[in-house]
Amino acid sequence: MPDALLEVSDLRVTFRTRQGPVTAVDGLSFTVAAGEVLGIVGESGSGKSVSMLSILKLIRDPNAQISGSVLFRGRDLLALPDRQLRDIRGRDIAMIFQDPMTALTPVYRVGWHIAEQIRAHEQVSKRAARDRAVQLLAEVGIPDPTRRVDSFPHEFSGGMRQRVVIAMALACNPTLLIADEPTTALDVTTQAQVLDLMRRLRATHGSAIVVITHDMGVVSEIADRVLVMYGGRAVERGPKSEVFRRPRHPYTWGLLDSVPRVTGPKVRRLPAIPGAPAGPHDAATGCSFAPRCRLRHPACDARPELRGAGSHLDACWLPADGRPALREETHG
Amino acid sequence: MLLFAVRRFGAAILVLFAISVLVFLIFFATPGVDPAARIAGRNADPATLAQVRHSFGLDRPLPIRYALMMRHLFISRDLESFVNRGAKVVPQIIQAAPITLSLVLGAAVIWMLLAVLMGTLAARLRGTLVDPLIMLAGVVGISLPVYWLGEVVNLITQNRLHDGLFSWVPPLGYVGFTEDPGQWALHLLFPWLTLAVLYAGIYARVLRAELVANLNEDYVRTARAKGISERRILLRHALRCSLIPVVSLFGLDFGALVGGAALLTEVVFGLPGVGKLTYDALQNVDLPMIMATVLYAAFFVVLANAAVDVVYARLDPRARHA
Repeated sequence: MPDALLEVSDLRVTFRTRQGPVTAVDGLSFTVAAGEVLGIVGESGSGKSVSMLSILKLIRDPNAQISGSVLFRGRDLLALPDRQLRDIRGRDIAMIFQDPMTALTPVYRVGWHIAEQIRAHEQVSKRAARDRAVQLLAEVGIPDPTRRVDSFPHEFSGGMRQRVVIAMALACNPTLLIADEPTTALDVTTQAQVLDLMRRLRATHGSAIVVITHDMGVVSEIADRVLVMYGGRAVERGPKSEVFRRPRHPYTWGLLDSVPRVTGPKVRRLPAIPGAPAGPHDAATGCSFAPRCRLRHPACDARPELRGAGSHLDACWLPADGRPALREETHG
Repeated sequence: MLLFAVRRFGAAILVLFAISVLVFLIFFATPGVDPAARIAGRNADPATLAQVRHSFGLDRPLPIRYALMMRHLFISRDLESFVNRGAKVVPQIIQAAPITLSLVLGAAVIWMLLAVLMGTLAARLRGTLVDPLIMLAGVVGISLPVYWLGEVVNLITQNRLHDGLFSWVPPLGYVGFTEDPGQWALHLLFPWLTLAVLYAGIYARVLRAELVANLNEDYVRTARAKGISERRILLRHALRCSLIPVVSLFGLDFGALVGGAALLTEVVFGLPGVGKLTYDALQNVDLPMIMATVLYAAFFVVLANAAVDVVYARLDPRARHA
């Protein structure tokens, strides 16, 4: 892809523990084009957050070992010295975290947080930074922003705080916004508002967005392309419409089927993926999803690589053509 | 914020009133004890007893006795110590208070500076050898008893090395700040350091633990993602939040020390402060003096706590509406 903004290849994150090394992210590769929204989906512990944190070297654990390359506009972030990486963080790549209740320093006013972000990257006066903060708060839909700019985080609700966090992330017009479960801690109506806000801001600010989530609904709302992760590896990758209409990997089937449907025939029991997510210590040599897969066969003892025709790739040994039938058959 | 301060000090006044009533009741209404005999001291003659009874209104109802007592303490300030042959109690306390205040204030400044420095440095250099070394120094400071450390300091500065290295150290005792600020500081320097060593150790450890916990908080990760420098994250974000519990600890310690808990330091360095006064009064069972010093101590504990609450609210906006 010629205009790739972010190009991650063979990212590997390993933690040293008493029980031996634990691989949280295992050879992850993907690209994000400018202005594009990539949804990364997977269960808890599939390595989504860790991979995003490691891109900006935000993992402070001294036992973590990160390898691979993360090219952002042609520069390898993993090789950059901290000083230069700091200039990129917040200005070119901004990040939104899951829990807005704890994401802001409790003793400072929300305007202060936004102004701090602006003044960390631009030479502007306090006055100007504050005015920008008011504008941003208005943009993310905080009512009465001139007054609320002087409120403390604890005076906001969860959804409002997430808006503040988003306003902060957008303060320097980043070209890439990484949102780590931005709606998970919010209630459903607030989720919809925040997603709507992110979609709108993408249009006005033109940022590319990487959304990490375990919620297929969020992906279908906002993403252009989807990356499904399991056990630290990508198991399926492709355009959203393809992945949703013609999912190829049994794990993706499970994810899609476990979303409750409001319309259509009522299912007696919501299908769940049997078993528990692969633990980090279950060092699998084969397909990491195999222990939970109903279609497991001898080939699964070897590790499948991402492959496929065109832009829709998957890592599964099942024959490509027979899969829709196999999917129907498993939960008939 | 101002409203909070006013409310907080209003509450403090109520607490002080309650304490004064409680202290009064303990001294004058404990069943089976004749307060006159206690106040007059051991082997007092009947004339003194009668005088005490009259002076404290012991033949009148309790509320009047309370009012009389408070008048003796705060208005006429002529509460007499009978054990000590009629010495006035209140002027003694007024004389001793600045000495204790000087000692504790100076020590507090030193220990807070030291603690912030040590705690922050240790948290910043976690994982290196510096951290455990600083914490070890803290434990040593905590483990040294003040009376021992004070005596050793005196031995060195007043005796062994007094002709050489420490010839500038003045003899033990106290010089008022208004008389000569330079001599005031010089006389108090070693008492300050001695008292500060213990608290610096405790506070450095508390602060380090708080900092380490705060540096793992989500907001620190947010700040890093914003591109804020590590130094600013440590000082403006983590340290600021870590100071909140330290300040409440400080309020308790400061109040107790001004109230007389600095006794050992005062005795070792020959400072005639409130701790020393209380100690002597207890030795002689000098009831009026004990009562006055107890009230004085309560006054400072309550006042220090109110002041700390106001500072606390300044530091932590969440506390302002509580």
